[in-house]
Amino acid sequence: MAKKLMKGNEAIGEAAIQAGCRHYFAYPITPQTEVAEYLARRMPEVGGVFLQAESEVAAANMLFGASSSGVRVFTSSSSPGISLMSEATSYIAGAQLPVVLINIVRGGPGLGGILPAQSDYFQATKGGGHGDYHLLVLAPSTVQEAVDHVILAFELADKYRNPAMVIGDGMIGQMMEPVEFPSGPAPVPPPKPWATTGARGRGQNLIRSLFLNPDELERNNLEIKAKCDQMMREEVRFEAYRAEDELEVLVVAYGTMARIAKTAIDALRSEGRRVGLLRPITLYPFPMTQLHEAATRARAVLVVELSTGQMVEDVRWAVEGKAPVHFFGKTGGNIPTPEDITQEIRKVM
Amino acid sequence: MAQTNIIFKKPESLTDRITHYCPGCTHGIIHRLVAESLDELDLRERTVGIAPVGCAVLSYHYFNCDFQEAAHGRAPALATGQKRSRPETIVFTYQGDGDLASIGAAEMIHSANRGEKITIIFVNNAIYGMTGGQMAPTTLPKQVTSTCPAGRQVDQAGYPLRVAELLATLVTPSFIQRVSVHSPRHIIEAKAAIKRAFAYQAEGRCFSLVEVLSTCPTNWGLGPLEALRWLEENMIPYYPLGVKKTPEDGPEG
Repeated sequence: MAKKLMKGNEAIGEAAIQAGCRHYFAYPITPQTEVAEYLARRMPEVGGVFLQAESEVAAANMLFGASSSGVRVFTSSSSPGISLMSEATSYIAGAQLPVVLINIVRGGPGLGGILPAQSDYFQATKGGGHGDYHLLVLAPSTVQEAVDHVILAFELADKYRNPAMVIGDGMIGQMMEPVEFPSGPAPVPPPKPWATTGARGRGQNLIRSLFLNPDELERNNLEIKAKCDQMMREEVRFEAYRAEDELEVLVVAYGTMARIAKTAIDALRSEGRRVGLLRPITLYPFPMTQLHEAATRARAVLVVELSTGQMVEDVRWAVEGKAPVHFFGKTGGNIPTPEDITQEIRKVM
Repeated sequence: MAQTNIIFKKPESLTDRITHYCPGCTHGIIHRLVAESLDELDLRERTVGIAPVGCAVLSYHYFNCDFQEAAHGRAPALATGQKRSRPETIVFTYQGDGDLASIGAAEMIHSANRGEKITIIFVNNAIYGMTGGQMAPTTLPKQVTSTCPAGRQVDQAGYPLRVAELLATLVTPSFIQRVSVHSPRHIIEAKAAIKRAFAYQAEGRCFSLVEVLSTCPTNWGLGPLEALRWLEENMIPYYPLGVKKTPEDGPEG
């Protein structure tokens, strides 16, 4: 398929269709509303379901019902909307169902602002809703990667029967870039014999997150834990950029911040400075061992985020004191320039 | 040759489990009416039930069909997701007054207003049962509960919600009826209403909701027979029985 110039939000909508998803339930919120607008046109063309729910609470619970029925289903929202969806997300994780959530993050807390932010890292990677579970979280840094991650998220959600999130900031949603969709037929989801399709010729299929017997609830939670452990073994994705040798500074950044950081690194490399980047692509599972290994070759680590410091906690955990971990963050919708990052790298050299 | 005609049996749509409901509670009767309706319309193998949070949270153990267990109040949203994804399934929610009329009010109104082809069995016993007898949106004026120990004060808590009448004001075509299960005659009427609601869904006609006035002897502090009398004397005057809306009425306005 030829490359096509698309806005991030629209490319995300098309990617879901290319992944074989025909069910979308959502509620409008800036800066991701174009996903809904795109699918309001596109879903009917492919015989799919587009439904504008009365709230994010309802939209996420429609995902719960649709996923239980065995279909591929997704929603998109932005930070305050994701907070409302977190109720259903917890139930969906507890019931071990595959769904895909898109969070085009805006500044918080509260109503915050509508400009780009990475301040939902905690919410995305540490749970969001109540209970023992994790989302599988993919963080694209380009529109093309957003497309690839949406398709991958459906595969991984089905593989693990666990909710998967693609998290981008407003820049990913709003900017236009050339994208290419995979050619060939849409991937075929695995069989879902557990789905609520009507008990014809079989016993009852039951989808629930309620286990009043403590042994049963413990068993369910240990199953979820085992899946998270498997994700840690099999699904960690990251990019190492000019980070192969001994480093003066190892920069750690994800999403759009990693792109800006690369420009800063290129500038410093052209001066002969040994700086590199490690970009987590899966925020959960986090590339703990890879980051630890890279940090042992670095004199200092600098974490750059569009927040007051969230991922930096996981970085410190991964680095385990092998190098000092510094932080540079912008918040409120302000975005650092490559020069800002260059200057911060120089400070910690 | 000897011939045995079975003229009465447990519905296929019920399991053999003993329910956890309190003595005198009418949930058991309402479960049976739903199950008989599914049997008689031959819908069991196509049916997906959505359980609420409340006394009927474990109802999935008692119905012999596929089930999902929702978060408090969200059953109509799950039902929407199920029905939109697999329109060939018959989808019903079974919800109490706290679940449907309080925390789930938005999901109730909007699923009805979109005309989702689902059936809601709404069990109204004027109190929160599972949490132990707190005020519900349907608790009657002056009715005593653990969170309105002096009786429901309408200047503070407002008047009880009449769900059937409220939903009947929507322009979208639907079938809405309020019934009661406090006497054999009323149980027969309730069965007819529930069966009619499922028949509309099977025909792909409309949203349907049957509000069933029900007792809670435990939290009302009454014996089972006293509770049936209390329902008749106190609830029916405030919650008049009858058909509130049918799809034959057509959209108004």
